[in-house]
Amino acid sequence: MLSPHQVRPTEGLYDPQNEHDACGVAFVATLTGQASNDIVVKGLTALRNLDHRGAVGAEENTGDGAGILLQTPDRFLREVAGVDLPPVGEYAAGMAFLPLDPAEAESARQKLEGIAAEEGLRVLGWREVPVNPDILGSMARQVLPSFALMFVAAASGNLAGIELDRLAFALRKRSEHELGVYFPSLSSRTLVYKGMLTTDQLDNFFPDLRDDRLESALAIVHSRFSTNTFPSWSLAHPFRFVAHNGEINTARGNRNWMRAREATLASSLIPGDLNRLFPICDPHGSDTASFDEVLELLHLGGRSLPHAVMMMIPEAWENNDVMDPARRAFYEFHATVMEPWDGPAAVCFTDGTQIGAVLDRNGLRPGRFWITEDGLVVLASEAGVLDLDPKTITRKGRLEPGKMFLIDLDERRVIEDDEIKSGLAGEQPYEDWLYSGLVRFEDLPDLEHIVHTHASVTRRQQVFGYTEEELRILIAPIARTGAEALGSMGTDTPIAGISDRPRLIFDYFSQMFAQVTNPPLDAIREEVVTSLAGTIGPEGNLLEPSPASCRMLQLPFPVIDNDELAKIRHMNRDGDMPGFAIHIVRGLYDVHGGGVALKAKLDEICADVSQAVENGARIILLSDRHSNADLAPIPSLLLTGAVHHHMVREKLRSQAGLLVEAGDVREVHHVALLIGYGATAVNPYLALETAEDLAREQVYVEGVEPRNAVRNLVKGLGKGVLKVMSKIGISTVASYTGAQIFDCVGLSQDVIDAYFTGTSSPLGGVGLDVIAQEVAARHAKAYPTQGISSDRRHLEVGGEYQWRREGPEHLFDPETVFRLQHSTRTGRYDIFKQYTSRVDDQSERLMTLRGLFDFKKGLRAPISIDEVEPVSEIVKRFSTGAMSYGSISEEAHTTLAIAMNRLGAKSNTGEGGEDAERLYDPERRSSIKQVASGRFGVTSEYLTNSDDIQIKMAQGAKPGEGGQLPGQKVHPWVAKTRHSTPGVGLISPPPHHDIYSIEDLKQLIHDLKNANPQARIHVKLVSEVGVGTVAAGVAKAKSDVVLISGHDGGTGASPLTSLKHAGGPWELGLAETQQTLLLNGLRDRIVVQTDGQLKTGRDVIIAALLGAEEYGFATAPLVVSGCIMMRVCHLDTCPVGVATQNKELRAKFSGKAEYVVNFFEFIAQEVRELLAELGFRSLDEAIGHAELLDTRAAIEHWKAGGLDLSPIFHVPDVAETLNTSGARHCTTTQDHGLADALDNELIALAADALERGEPVRAQLEIRNVNRTVGTMLGHEVTKRYRAEGLPENTIDLIFLGSAGQSFGAFVPRGITLRLEGDANDYVAKGLSGGRVIVRPPREAQFTAEAQIVAGNVIGFGATAGEIYLRGKVGERFCVRNSGATAVVEGVGDHACEYMTGGRVVILGRTGRNVAAGMSGGTAYVLDLDESLVNREMVELRPVEGEVADMLRSMVQKHFEETGSAVAEQLLGAWEQSVTRFTEIMPTNYRLILEAQQQAAAEGLSEEETTARMMEVAARG
Amino acid sequence: MADPRGFMKSPRRVAERRPVGERIHDWNEVYPGGVGKALLPIITEQAGRCMDCGIPFCHQGCPLGNLIPEWNDLVWRDDWADAIDRLHATNNFPEFTGRLCPAPCETACVVGINREPVTIKNVEVAIIDVAWERQNVKPEAPEWLTGKTVAVVGSGPAGLAAAQQLTRAGHTVAVYERDDKAGGLLRYGIPEFKMEKVHVDRRINQMEREGTVFRTGVAVGKDITGSQLRDRYDAVVLAMGATVRRELDVPGREFAGIHQAMEYLPQANRVALGQTVEDQILATDKDVVIIGGGDTGADCLGTAIRQGARSVTSLEIMPRPSDERPSAHPWPTYPMVYRVASAHEEGGERVYSVSTKEFVGEDGNVSGLRLVEVEFKDGRFSEVPGSEQVIPAQLVLLAMGFTGPETDGIVAQLGVELDERGNIARDSTYMSNVDGVFVAGDAGRGQSLIVWAIAEGRAAAAGVDGFLSGSTNLPYPIPPTARPLMV
Repeated sequence: MLSPHQVRPTEGLYDPQNEHDACGVAFVATLTGQASNDIVVKGLTALRNLDHRGAVGAEENTGDGAGILLQTPDRFLREVAGVDLPPVGEYAAGMAFLPLDPAEAESARQKLEGIAAEEGLRVLGWREVPVNPDILGSMARQVLPSFALMFVAAASGNLAGIELDRLAFALRKRSEHELGVYFPSLSSRTLVYKGMLTTDQLDNFFPDLRDDRLESALAIVHSRFSTNTFPSWSLAHPFRFVAHNGEINTARGNRNWMRAREATLASSLIPGDLNRLFPICDPHGSDTASFDEVLELLHLGGRSLPHAVMMMIPEAWENNDVMDPARRAFYEFHATVMEPWDGPAAVCFTDGTQIGAVLDRNGLRPGRFWITEDGLVVLASEAGVLDLDPKTITRKGRLEPGKMFLIDLDERRVIEDDEIKSGLAGEQPYEDWLYSGLVRFEDLPDLEHIVHTHASVTRRQQVFGYTEEELRILIAPIARTGAEALGSMGTDTPIAGISDRPRLIFDYFSQMFAQVTNPPLDAIREEVVTSLAGTIGPEGNLLEPSPASCRMLQLPFPVIDNDELAKIRHMNRDGDMPGFAIHIVRGLYDVHGGGVALKAKLDEICADVSQAVENGARIILLSDRHSNADLAPIPSLLLTGAVHHHMVREKLRSQAGLLVEAGDVREVHHVALLIGYGATAVNPYLALETAEDLAREQVYVEGVEPRNAVRNLVKGLGKGVLKVMSKIGISTVASYTGAQIFDCVGLSQDVIDAYFTGTSSPLGGVGLDVIAQEVAARHAKAYPTQGISSDRRHLEVGGEYQWRREGPEHLFDPETVFRLQHSTRTGRYDIFKQYTSRVDDQSERLMTLRGLFDFKKGLRAPISIDEVEPVSEIVKRFSTGAMSYGSISEEAHTTLAIAMNRLGAKSNTGEGGEDAERLYDPERRSSIKQVASGRFGVTSEYLTNSDDIQIKMAQGAKPGEGGQLPGQKVHPWVAKTRHSTPGVGLISPPPHHDIYSIEDLKQLIHDLKNANPQARIHVKLVSEVGVGTVAAGVAKAKSDVVLISGHDGGTGASPLTSLKHAGGPWELGLAETQQTLLLNGLRDRIVVQTDGQLKTGRDVIIAALLGAEEYGFATAPLVVSGCIMMRVCHLDTCPVGVATQNKELRAKFSGKAEYVVNFFEFIAQEVRELLAELGFRSLDEAIGHAELLDTRAAIEHWKAGGLDLSPIFHVPDVAETLNTSGARHCTTTQDHGLADALDNELIALAADALERGEPVRAQLEIRNVNRTVGTMLGHEVTKRYRAEGLPENTIDLIFLGSAGQSFGAFVPRGITLRLEGDANDYVAKGLSGGRVIVRPPREAQFTAEAQIVAGNVIGFGATAGEIYLRGKVGERFCVRNSGATAVVEGVGDHACEYMTGGRVVILGRTGRNVAAGMSGGTAYVLDLDESLVNREMVELRPVEGEVADMLRSMVQKHFEETGSAVAEQLLGAWEQSVTRFTEIMPTNYRLILEAQQQAAAEGLSEEETTARMMEVAARG
Repeated sequence: MADPRGFMKSPRRVAERRPVGERIHDWNEVYPGGVGKALLPIITEQAGRCMDCGIPFCHQGCPLGNLIPEWNDLVWRDDWADAIDRLHATNNFPEFTGRLCPAPCETACVVGINREPVTIKNVEVAIIDVAWERQNVKPEAPEWLTGKTVAVVGSGPAGLAAAQQLTRAGHTVAVYERDDKAGGLLRYGIPEFKMEKVHVDRRINQMEREGTVFRTGVAVGKDITGSQLRDRYDAVVLAMGATVRRELDVPGREFAGIHQAMEYLPQANRVALGQTVEDQILATDKDVVIIGGGDTGADCLGTAIRQGARSVTSLEIMPRPSDERPSAHPWPTYPMVYRVASAHEEGGERVYSVSTKEFVGEDGNVSGLRLVEVEFKDGRFSEVPGSEQVIPAQLVLLAMGFTGPETDGIVAQLGVELDERGNIARDSTYMSNVDGVFVAGDAGRGQSLIVWAIAEGRAAAAGVDGFLSGSTNLPYPIPPTARPLMV
């Protein structure tokens, strides 16, 4: 039996480490402090109303987890325990998860009693907890424990409360470590019931919870949505102190740091030697479990719970200039003590007396609260979890980013954020401590700058394998501009693990990125929440902070130049700053000794570092300078990983800082890796010297002072790291340090375990010997054995980014491009076979993982090709990639669409909408409509006319990133389909602002399904380790199709770091997806698609055998259409008219639909041939038969030999896991639950309007479980009346109550939804002409404008229509609005972000970062606090003239629709009121509109007018 | 990269040649002051037309793997010193290829898909001419010698390239040449007006200063035998070309006045260089007929015109190629199109689709040719009935190509094996079946272009270096099996 807190073991590519969860969380408490059963009941009710935020897997009756935390229910326990209990507080009670076997359970109890005695506790008795296992699904039952409540008290004395809890803590820790017995809680103050249950099952399973003697003054409840269905009993929330909705992205690093700190941990409060309690963080726990464990330690170690929470989840203080200095000092001091636990989080916490909640610095999780007259406080992930009488509500609010909401039940009041924080900030003189302790960089004396000669730079460039291409494409652009260059068309070179060339060890790693389970960040537009600062120096005892704790050097930036490094080296030169004593490690080894010498040297270095720290070194500098003919540099990442992990293991890491001086570092990815594996700061000295040298020699870096070239490179590399961090949703470099957010293909497990502990490297690979060989090959270039460098190349040419004869192989090279084009243009299958054989035959030139595969022949008898399904059936499974009209030309876009429509296959609109003309043209329409983060062109009409709707969570070339279409590329025809203004730049944000978690994705899928119930919903993911678990989550979120894209996919423009170093091959991601779906019993309900450099029939068959049933192609059909891989899509100079909007170039487009048809038919023909060989009659038969794949036998490759591909070919034995059909492909459909939708009722009510356009009026009740209300109705309107919709207010509906999420999404013209009550997140998203009005209930007593009326991300991507909200709303109001009019009475942070059109009126306070990335539209804000505006793109002006009149009519309308008191007051004295408004308008937008007006005034034609606008844009 | 929009802004332009009336009166290059100088005013703009392709097909089209986008960019940036450095990285003798190569790079140029391609060859020759002018081409003697010795047989482009590569790698190299001066076809096969011999002299001089030894006037196989060569050297490179000329076996071939082009051109070239040739074959005041419409034919044409021929007629059995790229030769393959060499501008008539039935003679001297028109259908020629005619000719020059290496002499002495087409067979390191004997250039490949010869010489040098040193850092641009991209 798996023990209850065991997780499922690793199998094939499935690894339980990759599970994620996201959830619904709530608490209920009473300010009276009076325990009652009512609070318990309310908690359970709230939990049930959060049900839709949780999930179930293949079995409806196995939940991902649910639980409740209560105050110790003393009365109940006394009555049921059968034990004589001391007074409340003097005993601790907790439920043990014991083995199911009675004898084993008994033995465990005895051992527990033994440990209790050792820890100074006396066991008062046990109580069997009654449970109801019959209701469980088989998966939950398989791992079911038995449950016993344990009661303990102090063996001597009358210890109570926290003091008793400290003893219980020791007992619990030891019980977990020594006995494997898990306690959800063991405390004198609180008690947790939880398990692998659905929300409905919780109180059924534990009948205790239905006992009305159970009393508490507070309850925290939690409903879990795990991406996988292998949750365990112990991973349910709440934990001992917290319940959490979100994800701690940096958990791996945080755990490592905690482990390192254990050496210095000591506490006068927790008795005994703490060593017996280590590790503090259970390595198998979830992110939340670890968070809870550390929070517990900090709390029991003497900090109040709010204090500990503030340390672990600090608000964004770094860039906040207006923060109170004392509070700033508090944060700055604690930043030297502990790195933030970073990631999207809404955490509810309690110690039994104080109960509170906090939101991460980005505010990427929702949290709302209500307080009633009688002191009831309800806080939840969403509005409406409890039916509260509106008349009794005195306060409604929301959690704000970085802010704390706290209730003290003893004090019987809410403690406001300011009060808590200033109280804590005042506890110690933190400012003084920092003044005397912290050393700031700028205070160190300047040193003479050393200039290295060109010859010296060149020689060392050779040592580190620099290429000419790297100088030109990587280093020079950053040195010139401070920003990384862009590239396009993906990557098609071999990954490092199979590359024939010596590769840097950096290349074996790829960056992980956020998709679905948490959002990436926008480090540009939302820079206010980020920080690149860190500190270096030894840490003190975490539990006993003192002024000495902050004796550190502050580093404002993670990349330092040579002069800065010299300063650090000189700090303790005179021995007067021993706190900064530096020890320099020479990272060089005897290159002739190979892997053995390398290993020996690393061991020696580790021992040396231990000694140095013991001798007082406080900064370790790892340097690879001074290599020579015999000594080669150890790859800096290997050196860093080795030393960092050695120091973590030896618990030395927190006693000294780690700096890296590395010559091999020359791009963002390298710096990110070094920091990710433990370096505090990196000095890429040779890259910097190279930049300086290039600038001095005026090669590639012209007109830039050498000094500035260096500064630019430092800045560019650092900012690039920020971007890499933001892709996974991490905002501070302090928490990124050591977080190891990378996966690896091609390094052996030995290397990983020794130097990169904990990193995933599923296929194994090379060891130190090959790494040494790679170093030696580079070294020999600089120091040739014969003393002669005879090839006349100072540096290798390169060829990673552009094909070169002497560079690495590319899948597309002159020959393959030529043969592909020629064969499809002339219809010659024989030449096509020459093309595919050059791509497929990788026996001599390894290019792809699948190139290493072979088919196992003979397992099945071949059949005649005549028996195989025809080409016409196979082509239906093909689609072309999502390439927007805007990135490629109309000619290219239409050619692909026509071809796919002819074949009965599918083309994809890409992000950017579809022209109405094509929308209804069966020949030219694209049947897949994409929905991406910018939501450009996503309207009710667009969705209604789709066959498939694809949600792009990530894109292979740049997963985790957004995009930007500069104004001069927004040509009129592009603007039209995107519902934007010609010439106005458009930004696609990194995240979908309505998807911060898996349950949000579930919501969006539901929204889109409502917007078109006939369409299949796709979710596009990018391959990375763990994508299988995400895909399982996607299946549970009811997606119809999941697409696994390879990392190598093409794109119009992507930063080079992402193009090359993010994401993994689709072979891995697809196999992991297939295996995970099968293990979960979810495979039969979802279609799996794959894409990423698919080029041949063999590629298709391999994808099929690995589990894909549909296949996407992008680059190849473009090449067929004439693309010759210029890789200049981002420059708009495509000479063959494919990826350009330039009319002259578009005229050169030579593609034809026939060629594309030929291509797909040829591919299908090859597929048929292979199917026949393998003995399959159809693709359906072949899907998932990975057992037919094998590793190609003939390959003897110096690197690839070490790879073990068998995890890819693994087929799970599904019979043993679940009662499923065992089908390896999709055989059924998802149940989207549309039958229960309120909209069915609305559609029936609106029949007259739908059929005859007659007005319809109605009034209905609404609850939070009614999600996406109005959308399906809207679909019905659009289906009949297209984009025009119905006359305004034809369907006019009033709703009473709390609306669920996405109220009024995509509602078209003619529908008016009036809500009296409140609403959750995503109100009126994608509004397409309809009207949405929300106002408080008429009987409400509170002041409407002071309270929250609706949640976050309202009006996201709206294109037309009106929104009136009486009251305040949350974050990101009207984000990416492009046409709607909205009025509101107060907003949170980031209002009007990325807006491109429309008008917004804010009659109240705003949060920070107003108008970030706003390129179009206008906003009018009452009494604007200008310091809160992000001024990057906008200007502020008073409201005058016609604008004032227009504003007045908007305010007037707001008053009429909502009865707004604010509006009434303003209108009453309009002349004065108008002066209080400020207009926010993007500067370029204004210039373009002025040009338009000017042109209109001159009577110019439409074409001339847009020409004028584009001119202004070009001047931009 | 070069100007991203250069190809859209600037049309293709080439250097202007001297007026025909002027240039046919001398032997100097047809460009004023040499082609490099003639190009200077326009070449920056022309280099800026390079698109810096993601897949530079030019770079594939060129067997040398010339780093064309790189040096186009450098020229565009006016960085001539780095440009020659980058050019020399793949090409030992850009002044030869820049004048003589038919530029398969240009027919593969991506701009050429729907516009006129970049003038790559012109950029190349401008770079090297500027480099010589500015004295940026220096001997690069090795700093360290291996003590190994190599004999290179033949001083044409393949032999010279192999010799230079091996010398610079520290080996001691002797180049054997049966003529009085080194250079092979470059020296006496190519007329001055296409490439002045000063370019060859400069290179030989550079090579001598690097340490390469030239043994001219020594006929290997006669003056020194195969076994002597092997005894004396650690390795031998056979780079003696494919010098066996294709013959025209029709009646009357024995008449005087019918010569192989390679009898005629070397004499003229010697005279142009101020040497005296006894009984020189001269075109002066004669009706000259050239059989073969290739580059050698054009060389004969220009030479005959300069000698004052009365008329010059070039005959070609194939039909006249089209002006546009034919569909059978799609981009980026090297197409058969109607090309106009400088000599063609200078006079003469080009007659296509004709075959010579016999030579007509008077007094043992040729006086004319009996021609018949032919049709080319399904890979076969057929005569057009009733189309016979006789044209006058007092001098007939056969420029019909070469069939392979001379196989008596050294080939026989060393016992190297031939392949099925009569060329010397070699393995992937360019070594023949005889240990330590390597083959480079036309001797192994058959008649080919100068770029292939240089590429072979460079690649064979890597083979030799690997053989002598155990491993090599020398570039290996092509395997012996490489062929141009074709449908």
